[in-house]
Amino acid sequence: MLYAILCYNLEDAVSAWTAAEDAVVMARLGVVEAGLAAADRLGAVARLLPTTSAVTLRKGREQMVIDGPFAETKEQLLGFYVVDCGNLEAAVDVARDLAVANPDRGAYEIRPLAVYRSGALTPSRLKRTPVKGLGA
Amino acid sequence: MTIADIDAAWIDAALTAARPQAVAALLRYFRDLDTAEEAFQEACLRALKAWPRNGPPRDPTAWLILVGRNAALDGVRKQSKSAPLPAEDLISDLEDAEAALVDRLDGEHYRDDVLRLLFICCHPDLPATQQVAVALRIVSGLSVKQIARAFLVSESAMEQRITRAKARIGAAAVPFGAPGVEDRAERLSTVAAMVYLVFNEGYSAGGKELLTRGSLCGEAIRLARLLLRLFPSEPEIMGLTALLLLQHARAPGRFDADGAVVLLEDQDRGLWNARMIAEGLALIDKAVRHRRPGPYLVQAAIAAEHDRAARAEDTNWARIDLLYGDLEQLAPSPVVTLNRAVAVSKTAGPERALEMIEPLAPKLSGYFHFFGLKGGLLFQLGRRDEARVAFDQAIALASTAAEAAHIRLHLDRLMNDGAGG
Repeated sequence: MLYAILCYNLEDAVSAWTAAEDAVVMARLGVVEAGLAAADRLGAVARLLPTTSAVTLRKGREQMVIDGPFAETKEQLLGFYVVDCGNLEAAVDVARDLAVANPDRGAYEIRPLAVYRSGALTPSRLKRTPVKGLGA
Repeated sequence: MTIADIDAAWIDAALTAARPQAVAALLRYFRDLDTAEEAFQEACLRALKAWPRNGPPRDPTAWLILVGRNAALDGVRKQSKSAPLPAEDLISDLEDAEAALVDRLDGEHYRDDVLRLLFICCHPDLPATQQVAVALRIVSGLSVKQIARAFLVSESAMEQRITRAKARIGAAAVPFGAPGVEDRAERLSTVAAMVYLVFNEGYSAGGKELLTRGSLCGEAIRLARLLLRLFPSEPEIMGLTALLLLQHARAPGRFDADGAVVLLEDQDRGLWNARMIAEGLALIDKAVRHRRPGPYLVQAAIAAEHDRAARAEDTNWARIDLLYGDLEQLAPSPVVTLNRAVAVSKTAGPERALEMIEPLAPKLSGYFHFFGLKGGLLFQLGRRDEARVAFDQAIALASTAAEAAHIRLHLDRLMNDGAGG
């Protein structure tokens, strides 16, 4: 069974980490990830940019693009993991390992997946087309 | 790290994050800056006691406002022998009280509170550096000591400066009514300019100063993100935030180990902060959708052109020239033209650039970068004696040791080349 582990925390608290603190946490999480990857249990891993970078498309008869995240919450969705676990207990154990690696406050939501397509994306760094509408 | 350390760090971050909103709401309530600040201070002290014991409240900001307000009222009541208000231990369980407050915190009311708090720091009688100092003290909650270090003055001098500035703010009529649409837009643009000033105070630092002043850049980014959350659909606030991120992303490459300036073209681009760049580019994308480009957005787009280039020689100077053309239309100034001349020197050569900046001389006769660029262009054209004069003028106008050292490097090169040829 595949599970998504959704990471919630105070965005302000996380962005207040210094680069060094951030690197330490990411390295510790990396160890947990490496263990899962070695056991062929790790799917997609993502860390999201701050909610201020989001826009939201409201569906309906008239679609509208709204600036900002879908939900204004006290703690924000900051990233997620997809892991392969035999059962819920095993998924909770993975979340516990992550929590030990990153003992800051916040929460992990453990959510079983209905459909998963791994896709074929590989990370590309800053390959972007220049925006139109400026410098014309 | 023990759990207690984590809690302390988390609580510290939560208090810092809550500060602008909480102080702003308390200011509306008490209509007095000192009372609002003291009330918030008291609420923080109580949070440090209550949160580790009871766990943090569901909404830290609402808790701090409620407790701060009650603490300040309690002080008033004690003087008039009235019954005290409930202890904050009880309050943290009173979900209803919090919920009611959160309702009132949402929406424009609370947005205008924070904007007002930032706006009063921008009192037009206050010189720019004092606006920045006051904002750092009141809004960001930096200590006087931290601010004094950032401005390279003694703590007592800074204390005096801030006290005087606050007295001036206190004497001014603070606009407590809800602002109209135009007023709000005007306040927002004043506040945005102040946030940019905070950033520049940090950005212009170099070498050893960077340790103490560089944090101002982070502080400015925090304020910009706060504005962006309050005004999520303002393209210029997206542009401002993007601009700060895209410039700050290069900070790790801007100085060498000795604290000397490393020119953009010589920087190790691998040191740049890729995540900040990605965030800045994402914000530009969002802002462009509004089709109302303003000066911050265009400046961000210029910074993005540099950040996007994998190597200095990949820089799209023609596009940067066009963007500066936009900026000259939106916000004409001799400094913008000066910057455009840099792009022109790359696309059309130093002679054309020199022609562009010569008419600027009367307006920029006190501007370090004018003489720095002029010297550089003259040097490229082989007009060494004139270049040396310009470089000497630049050194005389340098405001940081790093700036002066950088020009001296040019002069050295000039001397060596002169000796060799």
